[in-house]
Amino acid sequence: MALSITALANPTRFLGLVDRAVPWLAGLTAVLFAVGLVLTAQSPADYQQGETVKIMYIHVPAAWLSMFTYGLMTVSALGTLVWRHPLADVSAKAAAPIGAAFTFLALVTGSLWGKPMWGTWWVWDARLTSVLVLFIMYLGLIALWRTIEDPSRAARPAAVLILVGSVNLPIIKFSVDWWNTLHQPASVFRMDGPTIDGSMLTPLLVMALAFTLLMLTLHLLAMRNEVLRRRVRAIGLVTAGGAR
Amino acid sequence: MPPRPEPDPVTGPAPRFRPLPPVRLVVDDLVVERGGRRVLDGVGLTLGPGEALLLTGPNGVGKSTLIRALFGLVRPEAGRIRLEGPDVEEPDEVAPRCHYLGHRDALKTALTVAENLAFWRRFLGDPGLEVDAALDRVGLLDLSDLPAAYLSAGQRRRLAIARLIAVRRPIWLLDEPTAALDAASEATLLALMAAHLAAGGSLLAATHLALPLSGARRLALTPADVDAGFDPDQPEIPPAAPARVPRP
Amino acid sequence: MSAMLALYVREVRLAVRVGGGALMGVLFFLIVVSVIPFAVGPDLNLLSRLGPAVLWIGALLATLLGLDRLFEADRDDGALDLIAGSGQPLELVALVKALAHWTATGLPLVLAAPLFSLFLAMTPETIGSTMLTLLVGTPALTFLGSIGAGLTVSLRRGGLLVPILILPFCIPVLIFGVSASTAVQFDPAAFHTPFYLLCAVSLVAAVTGPIAAAAALRGGLD
Repeated sequence: MALSITALANPTRFLGLVDRAVPWLAGLTAVLFAVGLVLTAQSPADYQQGETVKIMYIHVPAAWLSMFTYGLMTVSALGTLVWRHPLADVSAKAAAPIGAAFTFLALVTGSLWGKPMWGTWWVWDARLTSVLVLFIMYLGLIALWRTIEDPSRAARPAAVLILVGSVNLPIIKFSVDWWNTLHQPASVFRMDGPTIDGSMLTPLLVMALAFTLLMLTLHLLAMRNEVLRRRVRAIGLVTAGGAR
Repeated sequence: MPPRPEPDPVTGPAPRFRPLPPVRLVVDDLVVERGGRRVLDGVGLTLGPGEALLLTGPNGVGKSTLIRALFGLVRPEAGRIRLEGPDVEEPDEVAPRCHYLGHRDALKTALTVAENLAFWRRFLGDPGLEVDAALDRVGLLDLSDLPAAYLSAGQRRRLAIARLIAVRRPIWLLDEPTAALDAASEATLLALMAAHLAAGGSLLAATHLALPLSGARRLALTPADVDAGFDPDQPEIPPAAPARVPRP
Repeated sequence: MSAMLALYVREVRLAVRVGGGALMGVLFFLIVVSVIPFAVGPDLNLLSRLGPAVLWIGALLATLLGLDRLFEADRDDGALDLIAGSGQPLELVALVKALAHWTATGLPLVLAAPLFSLFLAMTPETIGSTMLTLLVGTPALTFLGSIGAGLTVSLRRGGLLVPILILPFCIPVLIFGVSASTAVQFDPAAFHTPFYLLCAVSLVAAVTGPIAAAAALRGGLD
C-alpha cells in the first residue's frame, strides 16, 4: 500500500489549501455577483433589442467559461500526460461537469435570446454548432470517466481525448470570423479594442469575473470531492484486501 | 472491531438451521450428451434427507454436467430426475427446491455485497438467515457496504456461499464449492454443510478434495470411453469402475 | 411478485450505476440528431419536415444500443443459471428485464426528445405528437430487441447481431410512429389511425417479445 500513500500525500496538502481558499473565493464571488447584478439592472436597454439584451450578461460569461473550462482541462490533460501529476487528472475530471453545465447554460440562454432576435430557437450556424460539439465532448468525457471504474486507468485515455478535442476551441473562437454566421462577431476580445459601449461593457466584465470566480470555487470543491471519493475507494479496497 | 463471544475463532459457534421439509432426489438411468458425445450414460442415484454425496472423478468426466442436469440447465437424452416427499406436489420441478453453486458466483460487481445477497434472498424466495446474519456467518459483514468489485476471488466465493444460507433450499448442488477458498473459509463451509445436513437437508458436491463430512457417500464417475485411472490426481478411483452406478 | 420487484429494482440500479446508464443512451441520441443536419444541410424548413423521422431514427438506434447485454451480463456471471432454476417463469423475467431496460434507457430518450426537437425547428404540435408516439413506441422496440438479446445470449460476440436481427421487425413501429407524428402537421385527425396501430404493435410486442425471448433463452442455456 506504499504506492497509494505517496499518491495521497500531496492531495492532503491540497485539501488543506482548498479549505482555506474556498471561503474567500466564495465570498468574493457572492460580492461580485451582487455588484454585477445591480450594474446589470441599471444598464441601459438596447435601442433595437429592448430588455432582452440583458440575457447577454449571463450568456456571454457562460460561453466564455465553457471555453475557459475546456482550456483548464487541456492544461490538466498535459499535466497528466507530461508530468503525471496525480492532481492533474482530478482537476480535469472535476472540471468536466462544471464545463458541461456552463456550456448548457450558454446554449440555453443563447436559444432564449435567439427566439426573439432571430425568430428561431436554433440555427445550424458554425458558432452554435461548434459549441454544441463542445457540449457533446464534455458529456462524452464524463461518460468515459464513468465507464472506467478504476480512476487511475481512466486518466490517460481521458487526457488524450481532451487534447484531441481541444482543436475545437480555436474553431469556436474564430467560427464567427471564418464563416458567415448569424451569430454576431466578437465585440469584447478584439485586436482593435471592444466595440461595445462602456455602459454595457462594465457590467459585462464584472459578471464575467463573477462567473469565473464561481467556476474556480466550484472546481476546487469538485476536486476536493473527487480526492475524497478516491480515498473512499482506496480505503474500501484496502478494507476488502485486509479482511481475510 | 469488538471481540465476539465465539468458542471457536475460525468457524464461530456451530450453526443451526430450522428443520427443512424432507425431500428425496431420485435419478433413474440419466443419459446426457454434449456435442454429440455421450457424457453420462445411465447414471442413477438417490439422495435423501440428511445425506451427502461427494462426486469424484477426473476432469471432463461429467461432474459439472451431472450437476447442471440435476438443476435443469442441461436437458437429458433419457432418464428421469424427480423429487419424492410428503409436500412435493410437482415431482419434476426439481430446480426450485435446489441450490446451485456453480463455477461462477452470480455476483454483480456494481452492487454492494449486501445488495447482491439481498437480491437473491428476495428473488429466490423462502428466505433463511437475514442478510447481515448470513454475511456474518461467512465473515463478510464488515464489507457489506463495499461494491462486490472490490472483493477477492475467495471473498466472492464466500458471498456466493452466503446465498446458500440466506435462502432455504432442501437440496444443495455444489460444483467445486471450495474453489478459491482458504483453509479457514473451507472450515466455515464444512460447518454450514454439516448444519444443513443436521436440519434434514441433503447435498451433492463435486469436489477434488476429500471433504471430511461424516457419513458422506462417494460417487465416482468414470469416463465410459476413457481408461479409468487416466487422471493421476484421482488415485481413489477404482479402476474400470462401471459408468452405471447402482442405487444403494 | 416480490421477486419480480426485486429483479426490477436490481436491473434499474445496475443500469444507472454501470457505464453511465441513461446518460449514454441520451448522449447517443443527441449525437445522431446533431449529425443529421450535417448530412442534409442546415435548412430549417427541411429539418422541420424531417424532424419526427430524425427523432425516431435516433431513438431507434439509441434503444438498440446496449440491448445485446440484456441477458448476456447475467449469462457471463452465472446469474442466468440461478434465474432459470428459480422456478420463476422466464417469460415474466424477460418482461421485467425489458421493462427495467426501457425505464433506464428508453424513458430518458422520450423525455429528452422535446429538447432535441428544438434543434430541428419543430412546431409545438409535432413535438407533442412525436413525444407521445415515442412514449408508446419505444417499449415495443425494447420488447422486440429482447428477442434478439435472448437469441444471441449463447454467442460470444453477439453485439452487432442483435440490431441486424431486430431492425426488420422494428420497421412497423417506425412507420406508424413517424406517420402519426408527421400527420399532425397537416391534419390533426389523421393522427389517430397510425397512433392506434402503433399502440397495437406495442401491445403485441409486449406479449410476443417476452415469450419469444424466454423460448430463446431456454434454448441457449445449455
